[in-house]
Amino acid sequence: MSHLALQQYWWIIISLLGSLLVFLMFVQGGQTLVSQLAKTSIERKILFNSVGRRWDITFTTLVTFGGAFFASFPLFYSTSFGGAYWVWMLILFSFIIQAVSYEYRTKPENFLGEKTYNTFLFINGLVATILIGIVVGTFFTGSDFSIDKLRLTESGNNIISQWEGPAHGLEAALNLTNLSLGLAIFTLSRILGALYFINNVDNKVLVHRASHLMKFCSIAFLVFFLLFTGLILTREGFAVNPETQEVYMEKYKYLHNFIQMPVVLVIFLLGVVGVLAGIYIGAFKKSGKGIWFAGAGTILTVLSIFLLAGFNNTAFYPSTYDLQSSLTIQNASSSKYTLTVMSYVSLLVPFVIAYIWYSWKSLSKKKINEKDIINDDMAY
Amino acid sequence: MEAFDMSLVNWSRAQFALTAMYHWIFVPLTLGLSFIIAFMHTRYYKTGSEKWKNTTKFWMKLFGINFAIGVATGIILEFEFGTNWSNYSWFVGDIFGAPLAIEGIMAFFLESTFIAVMFFGWNRVSKKFHMLSSWFVAFGSNLSALWILVANAWMQNPVGMKFNPDSARNEMENFAEVLFSPTAINKFLHTISNGYVVASLFVIGISAWFILKGKHLEFAKRSILVASVFGLLSSIFVVITGDSSAHNVAQIQPMKFAAMEGIYEGGEGVGLTTIGMVTPGKRYDNNKNDFVFALKAPKMLSYLANRNSNSFVPGINDLIDGNKDHNIIPISERMEFGKLAINAFKEYNNSEDAEIKESALKTLEENYQHFGYGYLPDKKSAIPNVPLTFYSFHIMVSLGFFFIVLFGAFLFFSVKQKIESKKKWLKLAVWSIPLGFLASELGWVVAEVGRQPWTIQDILPTMVSTSHLSTSSVQVTFWAFVALFTVLLIAEIKIMLHQIKSGPKNMED
Repeated sequence: MSHLALQQYWWIIISLLGSLLVFLMFVQGGQTLVSQLAKTSIERKILFNSVGRRWDITFTTLVTFGGAFFASFPLFYSTSFGGAYWVWMLILFSFIIQAVSYEYRTKPENFLGEKTYNTFLFINGLVATILIGIVVGTFFTGSDFSIDKLRLTESGNNIISQWEGPAHGLEAALNLTNLSLGLAIFTLSRILGALYFINNVDNKVLVHRASHLMKFCSIAFLVFFLLFTGLILTREGFAVNPETQEVYMEKYKYLHNFIQMPVVLVIFLLGVVGVLAGIYIGAFKKSGKGIWFAGAGTILTVLSIFLLAGFNNTAFYPSTYDLQSSLTIQNASSSKYTLTVMSYVSLLVPFVIAYIWYSWKSLSKKKINEKDIINDDMAY
Repeated sequence: MEAFDMSLVNWSRAQFALTAMYHWIFVPLTLGLSFIIAFMHTRYYKTGSEKWKNTTKFWMKLFGINFAIGVATGIILEFEFGTNWSNYSWFVGDIFGAPLAIEGIMAFFLESTFIAVMFFGWNRVSKKFHMLSSWFVAFGSNLSALWILVANAWMQNPVGMKFNPDSARNEMENFAEVLFSPTAINKFLHTISNGYVVASLFVIGISAWFILKGKHLEFAKRSILVASVFGLLSSIFVVITGDSSAHNVAQIQPMKFAAMEGIYEGGEGVGLTTIGMVTPGKRYDNNKNDFVFALKAPKMLSYLANRNSNSFVPGINDLIDGNKDHNIIPISERMEFGKLAINAFKEYNNSEDAEIKESALKTLEENYQHFGYGYLPDKKSAIPNVPLTFYSFHIMVSLGFFFIVLFGAFLFFSVKQKIESKKKWLKLAVWSIPLGFLASELGWVVAEVGRQPWTIQDILPTMVSTSHLSTSSVQVTFWAFVALFTVLLIAEIKIMLHQIKSGPKNMED
């Protein structure tokens, strides 16, 4: 494969991992729903154990997303993580507190008390979803950073990639486009969490409440999602001249990307239909199948959003401080050799998905109910 | 090339050291305990005995408590390469990122998927699939260790790559060289077997405590037998791989090797210090003795370094000032070569003239092996902290030999069925639990303090590796990590102690 083909292949993989991550954040969404859905401690236990059996897959997907981004587009890694320091640190802190909370929340002598761990899970659900959405929003709105490789030869300030604002990423939260995507992901994760509970929990009361609450989340989601979509389709975007690699502003760039890449538009529309179908099934039919439609829909929608940001001569991590510092899948990628090695490794992915699928199925033959949880001495 | 913001560099280092050392409290136990559990689980699968089931479940619970905080402290490490070491990620991301990604794809999913089956599979999946899941968890966690250690080994011994002056970064040329470098293989084997030792000490120590309390005797003896066999084999293996690691360090990182042994003046047929005290205030440029006292094994250091007991081992002074007889270039010259390389890189990029570009490229390539030295402010900055490296190394090694004796004794008492009467040994075993963790952490101190000032040996110094942040930002996150990780550690220890005290459930004994 040519270097460009490898770069595109890896952008698709990153996009897929990103979209899987957003789908799997039903765990985070579920965490934010517990306090509203559960009235008793046993109800809380059922819900936390329901999403609790999946939390580490979401977590691992995040870690793999980071690792794969590092391996395939290391200059993004160097620029975004080192630059948007505070946003990433907040995201990471929220995952640190999540990782212990399931295991420790009901253990005797757990030092902080069950309430604190439950709050940790709520914070993770709130912070991680919104901030990850905000970061992805900057793929369309840009950030203030500059890149100069010759800084390596200077005395004193040797750092190639530098953030130019004092807020180190927090400023992104003040942008309406970023914020609307953050809130859209947050509300979507709650919808997915509710649909997951409907699918996984054997308790009529909880299912009823989840289905009811989901209707409100869905309205909020639609507002934020349509706002985000409207804003990016009407704004100017960061285009790349394929010959000179020069970055310039183009009016309606992302709308043009949809028109010029009809496959991406189809993926986007199919995704949206899937999410809506999932919401309908969950909210009005109370069927467990909703999560499959909304889940697949989420994956397709997010995938198309990533492709919109990176393909068709677009800078996926633009700099508003210095346009020519913007990162594209061509200038930010690994060398051809590394991408080739990593492409061989990527052949393992279907195998990984297969065993995850198999083990999930064998664990979830039975829905989670009260009796099950009380008798399980390994339960959270 | 001065005016580095050393406070930023030092706080960034402090944060990385803090988070890595916290993470490393939990990882060795995961690496080793996972195999011990898989073995016990297999015994249950084969015998169907409730006793083995309870034994498995007891250790599995402790494993889960430890694993959760291991994951919590681990996520930050991966991202810190970007958040706090932006220049590093730029400069070597083309090579360093790959093992991290492979770790995720190959190992973390294996671990996390089958941990769920391991914990929640009782009565939900077939007994065979359940037992196999325990093995997958063990393989997954050890496989993740492989990839992160390959990445670390590459920093110590950067092979299989070439600098690309157009992108200002090093690019991978040979993946097999990175993966199979002797540094990587030694580091992997030494580190995982150290994990097995820590886990074996943990199991023996807790079981010994039960025996001292006169509780769960049969369970405790069964656990001790498994762990002492595993521990004895592993601790012997730790010594063997430690020997080859040290040999490798002597070849690749002679400065680290000199610091580990605290030798300033090199020589032929050098002895290995078994016990010693480095002279306080000893520096490369004063004439104090290297040691206040030192008990040396004659010629052993030369043998360890070069597999030849009469061979020359360079000391810190030889490495700083050079040694013509042994072809060692003085640091001051390497600093000049490094500056030549950096300037050639600049010239290559600034010039449009093909001839100038070509000659600059030639200068760059000829001097690239000294690239990092061009950033050093003075020659003494090429020396790591000698006392810290020396003591960490020697305490670690002494503990390693002590563990062999301990495991041997417990295996002997186990086979002879005399454990219950050996109160002093039992107490010693309880106190050895923290010693296992100590030895393990000290190993990383040797590896990471000893290689300073480099993040990439000879190519990139730590002070050129950071992100463009204010010191106060890093201070804030540093203290936030101190607070959060300490709170979580207290929670972990309290929960674990409670679980241990309540003992294995449903045991007749």
